[in-house]
Amino acid sequence: MGQDQSQLPHIQGLICPLPHTHTETVVIGHGSGGSMTRDLIANIFQARLNNTILAEGNDAARIHFAEPTGIIAVSTDTHVVSPLFFPGGDIGRLAVSGTVNDVAMLGAHPSYLTAGFVLEEGFPIDQLVKIVESMAETCQEAGVQIVAGDTKVVEKGKADGVFINTAGFGVIPVGRQIGGQYAQPGDAVLISGSLGEHSIAVLQARGELGFESGIQSDVAPLNHMIGDLLAAVPEVHVLRDPTRGGLGTSLNEIACQSNVSIHLEEHLIPVKPDVRVACEMLGFDPLYLANEGKVIVILPENSAETALAALKKSPYGTLSARIGTVAERDPGQVLLHTAFGTTRMISMLSGEILPRIC
Amino acid sequence: MVKQDTTALLASYRAADRVKQVIEKIHQRTSRPWSLMEICGGQTHAIMQYGLDQLLPGEIELVHGPGCPVCVTSLALIDQALWIAQQPDVIFTSFGDMLRVPGSHGDLFSVRAGGAQVRVVYSPMDAVKIAATNPDKQVVFFGIGFETTAPANAMAVLQAEKMVLQNFSILPAIVLVPPAMHAILSSPNNRIQGFLAAGHVCAVMGYWQYPPIAEQYQTPIVVTGFEPLDLVNGIYRTIDMLESGRVAVENAYPRVVTYEGNQVAQKIIDQVFEPVDRNWRGIGTIPESGFDLRETYQFYDAAHRFGSTDIDTAESEVCIAGLVLQGIKKPFECPAFGTACTPLNPLGAPMVSSEGACAAYYTYKRG
Repeated sequence: MGQDQSQLPHIQGLICPLPHTHTETVVIGHGSGGSMTRDLIANIFQARLNNTILAEGNDAARIHFAEPTGIIAVSTDTHVVSPLFFPGGDIGRLAVSGTVNDVAMLGAHPSYLTAGFVLEEGFPIDQLVKIVESMAETCQEAGVQIVAGDTKVVEKGKADGVFINTAGFGVIPVGRQIGGQYAQPGDAVLISGSLGEHSIAVLQARGELGFESGIQSDVAPLNHMIGDLLAAVPEVHVLRDPTRGGLGTSLNEIACQSNVSIHLEEHLIPVKPDVRVACEMLGFDPLYLANEGKVIVILPENSAETALAALKKSPYGTLSARIGTVAERDPGQVLLHTAFGTTRMISMLSGEILPRIC
Repeated sequence: MVKQDTTALLASYRAADRVKQVIEKIHQRTSRPWSLMEICGGQTHAIMQYGLDQLLPGEIELVHGPGCPVCVTSLALIDQALWIAQQPDVIFTSFGDMLRVPGSHGDLFSVRAGGAQVRVVYSPMDAVKIAATNPDKQVVFFGIGFETTAPANAMAVLQAEKMVLQNFSILPAIVLVPPAMHAILSSPNNRIQGFLAAGHVCAVMGYWQYPPIAEQYQTPIVVTGFEPLDLVNGIYRTIDMLESGRVAVENAYPRVVTYEGNQVAQKIIDQVFEPVDRNWRGIGTIPESGFDLRETYQFYDAAHRFGSTDIDTAESEVCIAGLVLQGIKKPFECPAFGTACTPLNPLGAPMVSSEGACAAYYTYKRG
C-alpha cells in the first residue's frame, strides 16, 4: 500500500502463514473424521482412557467377559447436565457412574463402557481434558474400561458444551434374579443414604439457590458397594438407583412393576439438614430430588440388618437406613406414614420444573 | 448456624406431640358440624401433605379456598401472556408454576418449545437483571400472585425506572384476598362459617382489613400460618370462636404477622399499583380485586406496551375449577379428576400448581 518494503521487518514478506493448530478450543474440523479428529482422539481420549481393547483402533471393540456364563446386562444413558462442573462432580464422573450404576442395578458386574461425545464448536479443550480425566478416574474407581468411543462436533449454539452418551455392559451371574418386578409383600425397603444432594448441588452451581449450601453431589459408582452387598445377602429382590424423579418416582415404578404397595416411615428417611433447608426455601420435596450415588434395596425382612451392615461399610453407604416395608394391599401405591399418625400418597413426579441435572 | 436454627425452628412447629395436643383440644371443643375455609393454597398443600385433615373430628370440614394465584389468573391474561411470549425479541419470564397452566391453545412450555424465549425466574428482580444484560430484547415478567408478591413486583418496576431500563415491563395479574372473601361470603351458595386467613398475605398487609368483613358477615377470621402446629392452632381458635358464638379477628401467627403489617411494603405497593376489577378464572369478575400499574408507571405495563389483543378464549367444558375454587365442590367430584385431568395433562389450573386444590388431592390422596 505504497509503503516502502525496506521499512517492513524482513521476515514478513517471506513466510506462508502457518495454519492455526486449534489446541485451545474445539473447532468443526475436530469432527471431520480426518487428521484433526485422529489427533483429538489420540491426544485427549486415548491418552487418558487407554486400554488394550481401545488401542486396537477398529470400528468396533471385541470384548469378552471374565464370567464364562450368564446373561449380559446392557444400559445406555445420555448426559446433558448444565453446568458441566458442579460441587462434588462433573459430567464425566456422572456419565461413567450413571451407566455403571444402571448395569449394577440388575446385579451384574459392569465391565465395559462405550462413550459418545457431542462437542460444541468453541468448547475449551482444557475443560474437555478435565472431563476426560474425571471419566478415567471414575472408570478406575469402578474397575471398568471404555472400549469404544465416538466424537461429533456441532456448530456453536447447537449443543451446550458437551453431551456424553455412555453405554455399559456387564454379566449377571447365573441364577441371580434382581429387578423391579421382584418385590414381595413383607420385604424391607432400604436406602443407601441421604436424599437430594445431586439436585441441590447442581442448582447451587447454576446460581439458582440464591444462597450458599455447601452441599456436594453424591455422584459415585456404586458397583463395589453393591457387589459387597450381594456377597453378604444374595437374596436381594430389587435394586434401583433413584435418579431423576427421586425416591418417590422410583418406588412408584417398583410398586407398579411388582403389583405391591410400599409403605414408608417419614421420620426414617435420611435427608441432610442443608438439603432440607434448601427444599423449604425452594418448595421442593426431597422425595423427588435426583440422586446419583444412592440405591434402593428391597429384600426379605430377615436379611435387612445384614444388608444394612454391608452397605454401611462402603463410604457411599454410611447413612444407609431402613425406610419402609412392602405390602400386598393397595397394589401400585406408595404411602408415607407421618409422625402425626397420618398417611399420604406419594405419587410419581409428573412435570419437571427443575433444570437439566443429569 | 443459620441452617441449624432454621431446622430447629421448623422442627418445633412440626413436633408431633405438640400438634396432637392441639388436635385433642379441637376434638374436645367441637360439638357440631362446622365448615372452615383456608384461603391460601399453601395452607391447602400443607394440610394435605401432613394429612392434618385426617386428624380432625368428622364434624369439621375444611373447604379449600381460591388462594392459588396460578389457579385464578384469568384465561384471557394467560392467553395474552402466551401471545406476548411469542412476539419477536421478547424474553418472557415467569415463576415456574405458570409454565404449565393451560391457556386456550397450549401453555408457556409449548410456546417455548415453538422457539419463544421463556425463562423461569424466582423473583421479578431476576427479570430486571435479565433486562439489564439483554438491552436488545424486551423482557416481560408475568406478575402473578397475591398481595404477598406485590411488593417485589413494585420494587422491580421502581428498580427498572432507577436503572432507566427501556426494555422491562410486567404483565400485572396480581389478585387481592379481602375482595375474594367478600365475594365468597356474599354468595347465595356460601356455606363457610369461619376463615383461616392467609398468613403470608397478612405479613405484608396486616389484618386491619378483616374486622369489617368479620362484622358484616358475622364470620370469625383467624390469621393462620403454614406449619402443622400453626394450622391446627388456627383451626382450634376458629372452632373455639364458633362454639362460643364469638365473632372476631384473631392472630394465630404473631411471630410473623402484625395488625398493621409491613408498612414500608404497603407504601411501595400503593405508590406503584392501584386496585382494579379483575376476572378470576372459574369465578368471574370481582370488584377491586386486583392490582394494575398506576398511570405514572404505565410505561412498564406489558399489556400497554404490546397493545391489547383480541384473543378468543376457550375453557375446557368438563373442568369444574370454578366450583372447586369457590369451595362448592371437592376436586374428586369432577368427572375428569385423575382421568382426563392430571398434573401431566391439566384441564384446569388447580391441577397445575402444587398449591392448587386439585393437584394437592391428586398428589396426596387420590380417590
